[in-house]
Amino acid sequence: MDTLNALVVFLNFVVVPGLAYGAQLALGALGVTLIYGILRFSNFAHGDTMAFGTMTTILVTWWFQSMGITFGVLPTALLALPFGIIGTALFVLGTDRVVYRFYRQKKAAPVILVMVSMGVMFVMNGVVRLIIGVEDQQFADGGRFVISAGDFKTATGLAEGLAIKSSQAITVGAAIIVVAWLFWFLQKTRTGKSMRAFSDNEDLALLSGINPDRVVAVTWIIAAALATIAGTLYGLDKSFKPFTYFQLLLPIFAAAIVGGLGSPLGAIAGGFVIAFSEVIVTYAWKKVVTYVVPESLAPDSLLQLLTTDYKFAVSFVILIIVLLVMPTGLFKGKSV
Amino acid sequence: MKKLLLATAATALFAGAASAEDVKVGILLGFTGPLESTVPDMAKGAETAIAEINASGKFALGNLVTVNGDTTCVDAAAATAAAERMVTADGVKAIVGGDCSGVTGAVLQNVARPNGIGMISPSATSPALSTAEDDGLFFRTAPSDARQGEIMADILSGKGIKSVAVSYTNNDYGKGLADSFAAAFGAKGGAVTISAPHDDGKADYSAEVASLAAAGGEMLIVAGYVDQGGKGIIQASLDSGAFSTFYLVDGMYGESLIGAIGDGLNGSFGAVPGTDSAGSASYEEIAKAAGYDGSNAFSKESYDAAALIALAMAASGSTDSKVWSTKVMELANAPGEPIQPGELGKALELIAAGTDIDYVGASSVELVGPGESAGNYREYEIKDGKIETIGYR
Repeated sequence: MDTLNALVVFLNFVVVPGLAYGAQLALGALGVTLIYGILRFSNFAHGDTMAFGTMTTILVTWWFQSMGITFGVLPTALLALPFGIIGTALFVLGTDRVVYRFYRQKKAAPVILVMVSMGVMFVMNGVVRLIIGVEDQQFADGGRFVISAGDFKTATGLAEGLAIKSSQAITVGAAIIVVAWLFWFLQKTRTGKSMRAFSDNEDLALLSGINPDRVVAVTWIIAAALATIAGTLYGLDKSFKPFTYFQLLLPIFAAAIVGGLGSPLGAIAGGFVIAFSEVIVTYAWKKVVTYVVPESLAPDSLLQLLTTDYKFAVSFVILIIVLLVMPTGLFKGKSV
Repeated sequence: MKKLLLATAATALFAGAASAEDVKVGILLGFTGPLESTVPDMAKGAETAIAEINASGKFALGNLVTVNGDTTCVDAAAATAAAERMVTADGVKAIVGGDCSGVTGAVLQNVARPNGIGMISPSATSPALSTAEDDGLFFRTAPSDARQGEIMADILSGKGIKSVAVSYTNNDYGKGLADSFAAAFGAKGGAVTISAPHDDGKADYSAEVASLAAAGGEMLIVAGYVDQGGKGIIQASLDSGAFSTFYLVDGMYGESLIGAIGDGLNGSFGAVPGTDSAGSASYEEIAKAAGYDGSNAFSKESYDAAALIALAMAASGSTDSKVWSTKVMELANAPGEPIQPGELGKALELIAAGTDIDYVGASSVELVGPGESAGNYREYEIKDGKIETIGYR
């Protein structure tokens, strides 16, 4: 019984939040890695693209809610998501037309494009704040829990509860669907294959008649869709605030680099590595250990490696270690 | 064009003439930042007192004018800049504020003392301010958190609670309150399993709650802000089933919390500065007539802070901070004719006649020690989504 309790505590405070957070990071890192692989620069505006996408989705959600349209137990935001993706894709394509295309035609060095993307980041930052404001926005509705801690306790008779929020379940489910679709798209479709060809060798791809403008446009649309989905899921699970999306940039880049920039599989693995290290290193293990070891050995201290203040430091440290030891990341991406 | 020029010149003249007898009072509160939903009713409290003084027509030193400044509650540099602008550009003679302890201490040391401007804070509660160097210029109508810590320990041990976890906002206020509570609760035989800080303005507090849950405890003390991390900590605790009842400190008092959290908050309790005195009720009436909620946290203290400044100026016959600040303690405390809210005109008359007054005001002001409120608290509990007053301590 005690072992079961320990397992439930571990699931409730480490595995479930880690899975949801990891899925959100993985979706974000996929977008970063796609842009890096195909357009060949680190897109610093990705965090704010997520904020922009989430904002568009929130605005449509509110409009739906005001008209009385809901999605039953599921959050209305999922209905609004396609509109958010369209809005963000148009915005991002516009940015590409106005800003990035100029530098691409001049064959600017990647580091210049990185600086350009920082400029775009600040503009997006401002646009989002101007439209929706700087405060927390709540837009989650529908059923809150798949199973709540109290229900779990009564159902199983255990001393510890396991809560799974519907937003967490949706996040993991949506991530699986999106990732599966993306891999199918990249491996099986003509456009996906041309994107991969473009990524592997641009000149060869051009010679074999691949239309570069089309590849670029499709890449931006997919990146915008990934950003909007990741942002909306993060907002549903936690809350939407422009500043926290800006801060998400660090763990997302850490995830993409740890997995190997340019490698979609690496982005997913990286997302979960970062998420679980953040949670595990800052978790206080006292309760779990107390259940497992005999009473006489029960610890007095919290058994916490680092306090939660150091959460961001964990992604930094992993980032540095990976760059030192294996610069191409876990899945042999491109070196940075 | 000529007419416009004339009109402009005339307006400028009038403005000049009016400002000659204006006495400016700064209202330095966190209009943006973690207390932004509480501050509007605090500012209205101070403005109501000033308006009442002006309306009485008995304030001999001129027409009182308020100047607003934003402390942001958390950014000491921004608060100092706002105070500096008030003092040097606007020429305020007194400051009602600041609101949060950290910024108030910074403004006191960097602006008020160097420029010799008196401050009365309605809501800075850090125990550290009791011992800060103030040249006799700093007062507060709010009690020190050393007092709140004792009240919290009393309430909890009264309910038979023996062990609690504490989550405090990572600043002077949160840390001061958590420390004074731990000391008072320990003296009563209670145990604090963990006292961990949380940072405001984050989206996700599940990691913080996980360590609080690991330490355990019968309930969670949330020493934070209602619009910020405090709310996030409660939400994450309820979601993960880590804690189901919460003690809410003064910064966590607000209707908005019930709106945001909902039913999960039922059964939680806390205490805010407040009294059941006649003054408190009559102030709430005044506030209602003026179209705001006078029962909100620190609104009464703000009214009292502004009223005390005006009365002290009247009693000393000077707008010079070094002069009026010497009168504050005398006016706030017995002996003398008790003054309720809404009686500021009468108070000015009595002062003019040379009669001693004892300003009671909306929050039963009684200044002790280095010029801080002795502290009356209203204990409340949340039942069926409503804040119910249980008693006063």
